[in-house]
Amino acid sequence: MEDSSVEATYTQRHSCSNVTVRSRRTCTKEKDREKQRAAVPEGHRVPLLSHTNTQDVNGTPVKRQSNNVPLCPLLCVAALSFCTRFFRLTQPPHVCWDETHFGKMGSYYINRTFFFDVHPPLGKMLIGLAGYLTGYDGTFPFIKPGDKYEHHNYWGMRGFCAVLGSCLPPFAFLVVLDLSHSTSAALIAASLLIFDTGCITLSQYILLDPILMFFIMGAVLSMVKFNQQRFRPFSWSWCLWLLLTGVNLSGSLGVKFVGLFVIILVGINTAWDLWRLLGNLHLSLVDFAKHLIARIFGLIILPLFLYTTIFAVHFIVLNRSGPGDGFFSSAFQSRLIGNNLHNATMPEYLAYGSIITVKNLRIAGGYLHSHWHLYPEGVGAHQQQVTAYMHKDYNNLWLVKRPDSDDDTGTPELVRHGDIIQLEHKETTRNLHSHLHEAPLTKKHLQVTGYGINGTGDTNDLWKVEVCGGKKGDPVKVLRSKVRFLHRTTGCVLYSSGKTLPKWGWEQAEVTCSPYLKETPNSQWNIEDHINPKMPNISLHVLKPSFLEILLESHIVMIRGNSGLKPKDNEVNSKPWHWPINYQGLRFSGVNETEYRVYLLGNPVIWWLNLFSLALFLVMVSVCSIALQRGAKLEGAKRAHCQVLMEGGGMLCLGWLLHYLPFYAMGRILYYHHYFPAMLFSSMLTGITLDTLLQNADLLFNPAVSKYILRGGQTVLLGGILYRELYLSPCAASTCSALSPMA
Amino acid sequence: MQGVKLPVSVKCEINVLLVLVTALGFFTRLYGIQFPKSVVFDEVYYGQFVSLYMRRVFFIDESGPPFGHMLLALGGYFGDFDGNFIWNRIGAEYTSNVPVWTLRLIPALAGSLCVPLGYLLMVELGYSHYSALGASLLLLMENSLVVQSRFMLLESVLIFFLLLAVLSYLRFYNASKSSLFRWLWLFLAGAGCAFAVGVKYMGLFTYLLLLSLAAVHTWHIIGEKTLSNGKVVVQVVVRFLALVVLPVMLYLGFFYIHLTLLYRSGPHDQMMSSAFQASLEGGLARITQGQPLEVAYGSQVTLRSASSKPLPCWLHSHKANYPIRYENGRGSSHQQQVTCYPFKDVNNWWIIKDPGRQSLVVSRPPRAVRHGDIIQLLHGMTSRFLNTHDVAAPMSPHSQEVSGYIDFNVSMPVQNLWKVDITNRESDRDVWKTILSEVRLIHVNTSAVLKLSGVSLPDWGFRQLEVVGDKIYKGYQQSGVWNVEEHRYGTSHEQKERELELKSPTHDDISRNLTFMAKFIELQWKMLTVKNEESEHKYSSLPLEWITMDTNIAYWLHPSSNAQIHLMGNIVICTLANVALFVYVLLFLTYLIRRRRKIEDIPEACWKQLVLAGVVCSGGWAVNYLPFFLMEKTLFLYHYLPALTFQILQIPVVVEHLYTHMLRSSSQQKAFGGVILAALCSVYLCYRTFSPLTYGQPELTAEQLAKMRWRESWDILFRKR
Repeated sequence: MEDSSVEATYTQRHSCSNVTVRSRRTCTKEKDREKQRAAVPEGHRVPLLSHTNTQDVNGTPVKRQSNNVPLCPLLCVAALSFCTRFFRLTQPPHVCWDETHFGKMGSYYINRTFFFDVHPPLGKMLIGLAGYLTGYDGTFPFIKPGDKYEHHNYWGMRGFCAVLGSCLPPFAFLVVLDLSHSTSAALIAASLLIFDTGCITLSQYILLDPILMFFIMGAVLSMVKFNQQRFRPFSWSWCLWLLLTGVNLSGSLGVKFVGLFVIILVGINTAWDLWRLLGNLHLSLVDFAKHLIARIFGLIILPLFLYTTIFAVHFIVLNRSGPGDGFFSSAFQSRLIGNNLHNATMPEYLAYGSIITVKNLRIAGGYLHSHWHLYPEGVGAHQQQVTAYMHKDYNNLWLVKRPDSDDDTGTPELVRHGDIIQLEHKETTRNLHSHLHEAPLTKKHLQVTGYGINGTGDTNDLWKVEVCGGKKGDPVKVLRSKVRFLHRTTGCVLYSSGKTLPKWGWEQAEVTCSPYLKETPNSQWNIEDHINPKMPNISLHVLKPSFLEILLESHIVMIRGNSGLKPKDNEVNSKPWHWPINYQGLRFSGVNETEYRVYLLGNPVIWWLNLFSLALFLVMVSVCSIALQRGAKLEGAKRAHCQVLMEGGGMLCLGWLLHYLPFYAMGRILYYHHYFPAMLFSSMLTGITLDTLLQNADLLFNPAVSKYILRGGQTVLLGGILYRELYLSPCAASTCSALSPMA
Repeated sequence: MQGVKLPVSVKCEINVLLVLVTALGFFTRLYGIQFPKSVVFDEVYYGQFVSLYMRRVFFIDESGPPFGHMLLALGGYFGDFDGNFIWNRIGAEYTSNVPVWTLRLIPALAGSLCVPLGYLLMVELGYSHYSALGASLLLLMENSLVVQSRFMLLESVLIFFLLLAVLSYLRFYNASKSSLFRWLWLFLAGAGCAFAVGVKYMGLFTYLLLLSLAAVHTWHIIGEKTLSNGKVVVQVVVRFLALVVLPVMLYLGFFYIHLTLLYRSGPHDQMMSSAFQASLEGGLARITQGQPLEVAYGSQVTLRSASSKPLPCWLHSHKANYPIRYENGRGSSHQQQVTCYPFKDVNNWWIIKDPGRQSLVVSRPPRAVRHGDIIQLLHGMTSRFLNTHDVAAPMSPHSQEVSGYIDFNVSMPVQNLWKVDITNRESDRDVWKTILSEVRLIHVNTSAVLKLSGVSLPDWGFRQLEVVGDKIYKGYQQSGVWNVEEHRYGTSHEQKERELELKSPTHDDISRNLTFMAKFIELQWKMLTVKNEESEHKYSSLPLEWITMDTNIAYWLHPSSNAQIHLMGNIVICTLANVALFVYVLLFLTYLIRRRRKIEDIPEACWKQLVLAGVVCSGGWAVNYLPFFLMEKTLFLYHYLPALTFQILQIPVVVEHLYTHMLRSSSQQKAFGGVILAALCSVYLCYRTFSPLTYGQPELTAEQLAKMRWRESWDILFRKR
């Protein structure tokens, strides 16, 4: 809704922008802060500013920046955070929790073996790089948590993650400092992160989370810095922060898809910024277009380019066949060294008399398969099983036959769209068959069996071939055509439901004949291997997919894989509402009481404080905004505090919401550590909220008392956090369940 | 006010147009609704609930709150329906006891009233009576809305309440600030929202839209500096009462009526907790009448798993042992099987024994079992102790096997002590209560928890469900919680007597009443969490197919001829609505950006009117449509109808705006008027063309049907002759 209030802000900003143009060269710290507060619509501050800034003439932006940051606290924060993260980093000397995945994937990069993971590759690539640089040779198998590292160089990878993890508190310090211009608020936020056991634990192991959080915080920091430069557009620091924001965005998305949330945050911020610029009538449309193009380049094109580069590197590095092959389509596999489709040659069009394998187009769909086993009694007709099987096997081979004639003299004839064919199983010489019996698992579908002896069967063995998107008479291309097999007599379509058969079916996937003729990947198949000695072979080189196709396919596979991570019925599932209240941690290592145990659990004081501050923030912001809306007259400092709360705090609160709420809508399995990016925002918000609260204690008490309250509150806060931290640490040695990694 | 003037005069204004469209609405929706006299599409689904209401039998339907079902049942009540009809097949002929006309009357009335509501809504948005007439005519001639209104289905009712809520709120907003009467409209808006949510959960999104609209308006009131603080507070509080408190109360009210009406036990009992079931007449209440409340040493009990996944079942054992070796070569203890069995059986009875005493009867006075007590559980019929040990369970090898202990002298010691852990206790000395207490049984030796694994055993276990001891049990899991369902104090000392006793039914009578809130919370929770199996359907469709009306649903086919009824949209209207939406968004963005640069093309009031119309129409369309992209359930075209209604209302908004602000000369305006008239005519023609498929009569030949297949993807049925 647009209304008169917008107009009001417009006119005020008008006068304000006038001022800010002239106030570029502000130099001293105090004045600079004043300016930051006044940069927002605020009529009565204007004279003060215009008065002060005429005095300054010198001072480059860089110096100003360094003057702005209190160095001593920042160094303390950095030193403390490195100390806490690196303390006993190499303990325990065995694989902890997800190290088994990400360490292994790091090794894959070193060995150049293709694998599949649900996350984009940047994080694992960096881990692999860190390992490579520190002398890890990629030979450790990372089979399961608890395996001893022994002589392998694992410290480099852990150290790398710890370095990135240690950057979080200084980043938080700078972000809060920029948003609130209060060192104490920045210190509160930073110390919350320094002393949070959960953050420490998460930063000490070979995991994606420290890398992800590094990029998220990096993006937020550069965004905030960029916002600060708004009065000096197109200066080099302005460009630098803009580009850094873009780089960090691509980094966070390149590590995990959760990075998308910070992109949304930056997107909202940028949109708001542009909207503000658009309302500034002193800015010509050409200037506005420049702003727009700069942002499009820095925040869209550059990240996209970097993101695709990451994938390009990923595909170039991983060029050997490995455990990830089966997840990808036939065309994709053909580019991996060691895969049987690599450099393969085969006839281009499907012909009668060919021997083929048929792969389902569902992501991770299997090959059409049969074997010398019958469906058990009571499961449809007592005939030979037909299933879908993920692995390559002789039992996947089928012979394409013409139903009416057996003569195979002369040149082989091509199979065309609309042809009626029989598929004979090569090993058992039974025909692919369907009939009016219900399928074993999907009761609404029909059963598919192998029927007949030596290739002679009945009319239920006839299947009509259809090329998707094709018309009558089109030939069937190997690997490239999507084919459907329609059963002649019942009219149903060959379908792979993806459900796993019980023991009697060797836990292979069910194949049925579906009466619902909608085109879904479940009912589409492609011809993968194709052997026909009478046909000329062509090289599959021409089939090699382009980079964009690989990129798209790997994303589809990743997204499907991600949503396929469904919680199993009996698994303990972590719910989003468990997280902020520290309901249940995650065991990283150690099952027995004797072993070295690591448990991921936040510092309860900090987490409850965060939760409490969130509520407090909401109350304070409501009071603030209602007061402003009612037109209350606030004096300078109070007004500035309101501003910090509503703009800085609002941004952080939005960040928290964006990194937390979407998990409620996710169907995939969730873990406790998914909350940590949100926790970063919540901690920074706590810094701002508590600091504002303490600074405004004079609303309730007289000034002298309130000063003591301010100091006292800050001390108590730090004391409480430290006390809990020290209290938790010795606890780890005993049988207490909440173990910190400091033990 | 200057006092009442005498004589009292009544002024009466009748909008003839409004009366006319209303009459047309009634005609199109009500004409011959008792045809066809057989079950049409989802009537088969809603009908069963109407029958259950008529027979006062409890049911639970996860598809929506009970208000919609109750409205349909009201139709049955007016028609003296006795509920005796088997709703199992679409197309089944109705028997003479089914009052088809009254059953279909309420949705049809709601559907007809949508037409004048559309008219009034347009007027309330500030548009001319011509636009309002156009809106109502479009609604009138939308085939899909007509079809959906004419049968015992809920969408038309939902749309009616949605429009009512929005209209009432706008009336309130536009009314003069001094009149007290306008507050009535506000409360009506709140009630309309509650009714809509009560019909289908989809109504929630429109409710949220309305709430945000109201929030923005309230925010403006807070910003009005001429109002005193007290007045502002009053304004805010009244809005809160009307739009939040009232809907919540009404929603609770639906459930109150629902639970009051349905007091008999029925087919869905088993999904509910034992305590809930005991509150229903018949069913469990009959079995558990007068059981002793406190479980004591010597009690004979059946233990029901709190988890109903995959089936509700009772702890069970029988005279059969685990096979020495499983199919995969793993060994077992070969002791007696303990399973979970989904049917009532004499083998479900267990006796609670004090490990320190031999007695299997309840002493006088009974010694109650409390939280933390150590007990043994003896299987009633086979006298084996419930036991678990470090042997892998048959189907879940990471858990321990649970068995009825048999001593084979193979150094497998007896480990049959269990600690009682009441999870919903109020104090640490709570007594174990029949039905009410939820209990975990923790094995003393291994601290494993007795748990239903949810897996079925193979043939040797008679396909019953597996029970295991879970050593890494964490947090609260329903599968590890049990409650005593049937219970009596054991009196017989001898095994033979005991067997007889177990076979005899339990007796006595105490009624256990749950409070309404407890029942409501349980029922609501079950409705939200129970998931029906993902079922594909021949006519299911994807949200993207809806915008272009690429899909249809065959509702009914005459058993012998080609007469049929389809849910399919009026393509002309649908296209117009899409165009209107697109044009609106374009207009809106252009104006928005130009206004930001201080270029005012249209006056402020006009802009506000355009924004408000956009929020209601486009916003209504978006909130009723976009959420479907995130839903995983099976979707049908009829889910789109509420969104379509709002989208249709967008057409006159855009047309009038173009007419008054874009066209400068009167000749252009005349030409545009001609275009509008032509569009209306084509809408009517389209409606006429498809009306045989809308009303199911007259019967068409195969050629005529083939001509109607305007889209390849439409599925029109041809009877083979």
